Amino acid sequence: MLYVAVAVRAFRRYSTYTVATLAGAFTNSVFGIVISFVYLAVWAQSPHAGGYDAKDAVTYCWLAQAMIATVSIWAGGATDDVAARIRTGDIAVDLYRPASFLGWWLATDLGRAAYHLASRGVAPTIVGALLFHIRFPSNPLVWLLFLLSVTLGVMVSFGIRMLVACSAFWLLDHTGLLNVSTVCAMFFSGLAVPLVLFPGWTRDVVLHLPWAAYVQVPIDVWLGKSTGAELVAALGFQAAWVVVLLGACAVVLRLADRKVVLQGG
Amino acid sequence: MAEPTSSALRRISWDARAFVMLAGMWVRVSWSYRTSFVMVTVASFVITAVDFLAILVMFSNVDRLGGFGLTDIAFLYGATSLCLGIADLVIGNIERLGQRIRTGTFDALMVRPVGVLVQVCADEFALRRVGRVAQGGLVFAWALVHVDVAWSAARVLVTVAMVVFGTLIFAGIYVLGASFQFLSSEGSEVANAFTYGGNAMTQYPLTIYPAEAVRAMTFVVPVAFVNWYPALFVLDRPDPFGLPSAFQLASPAAAVAVGLLAVVAWRGGVRRYRSTGS
Repeated sequence: MLYVAVAVRAFRRYSTYTVATLAGAFTNSVFGIVISFVYLAVWAQSPHAGGYDAKDAVTYCWLAQAMIATVSIWAGGATDDVAARIRTGDIAVDLYRPASFLGWWLATDLGRAAYHLASRGVAPTIVGALLFHIRFPSNPLVWLLFLLSVTLGVMVSFGIRMLVACSAFWLLDHTGLLNVSTVCAMFFSGLAVPLVLFPGWTRDVVLHLPWAAYVQVPIDVWLGKSTGAELVAALGFQAAWVVVLLGACAVVLRLADRKVVLQGG
Repeated sequence: MAEPTSSALRRISWDARAFVMLAGMWVRVSWSYRTSFVMVTVASFVITAVDFLAILVMFSNVDRLGGFGLTDIAFLYGATSLCLGIADLVIGNIERLGQRIRTGTFDALMVRPVGVLVQVCADEFALRRVGRVAQGGLVFAWALVHVDVAWSAARVLVTVAMVVFGTLIFAGIYVLGASFQFLSSEGSEVANAFTYGGNAMTQYPLTIYPAEAVRAMTFVVPVAFVNWYPALFVLDRPDPFGLPSAFQLASPAAAVAVGLLAVVAWRGGVRRYRSTGS
């Protein structure tokens, strides 16, 4: 199938950047070590903060590092190519391809994410498991549900990043919006600090924003914090944001298609 | 002896003037895209502020971390962020050395009548990095007002020295990391682990780390001298790891040691550099 072929080629394309991958995994590991000690200090003071114990917290830290590249929290990924192609005008070719524009780029991004999960996701997790006590799900079904949740997380992230990239149709330079989006992703995904630690009502708010689907939700699946009906609700929450965001992308693309005169004619 | 000294002085002042001229040119360039410049500067401020927001969120669950309260940690955080911010603003561009070597643009810098180091740092000078300086400075200022310190002349002096020599230590680490790129032009991420990683580590009291890690941060990559040791002096705390109290005033010595090492590494790198085409 076309989209599978696209995804496989994106996987292979990213897999050629070996040195960048190793260097990135190295940086993720360094930060993982620092943050592990920070969390251990927090949970030494408050052993049940956010409903986690210390082992949950350290596991959270390493999985969050594993998610940075996979979910493209620091921007990057296929949508950067889209923005660049809008600026140069190459996007015209993409819009006339006999394949769905969104499907094409989503497949590219999922291929990239699969590679990043297998490399920059697995490598720091191994480092974390060697240096600290981290939790692994014993039930194989949880591993599958975790993979599903990560996939949905990547799709939510893709939706937001695609909307930001498409703003280049109107703004030409979308750097500002990209930065705003990156800050939101860093803080509201649970990368900077687990969302379960947020105080009072802010916790309920951040747990319902789309960015929670990036890091907090998949990790709660891994840790077994969401089970039964909660688990269905968690995956449903991610899926709902996927539908909303991809729908918004489709609308924006239709507007862009109709209204925007590409640079150079 | 008078002549070499005056020629060295003349070279330094010429390099400084060249830096200001080159950097000023790039500031004017970025200022011609005003909206974009303001947005990325604000973004740089906010992105670095995320770290501190995370600390505030943690402090909604605990009131001490590693035996230190929020104002003490703000003092440590503000100091290291300010130091890294200034070093990053002035010479952070050096991390792109590997890219210059790969594309061959480094060669052009070697034939110009200005020091190579000055050009590498000043070329495409990014004023937007003041966002990071402002963020660190703001937290530091807040900490200075609220921290529980009986201020004396000695403590004020050590606080000022902390910012100066902490910046120099980070600057030295930047240059060392860049020198490594003469060996491997892909090494910028590794250098980042020491600059940004060193910054991340020293944002917290070192009591949260094992003693071996603190020893490594003292004797191997001396980022502990950026803020930890001077802060122990200012906050009037005994060293929790039982290391000599003289360390608390030794940041200038650490800065000189890192600086000398950096100069040697950089000169060695430039000397053995061979263009990609040769």
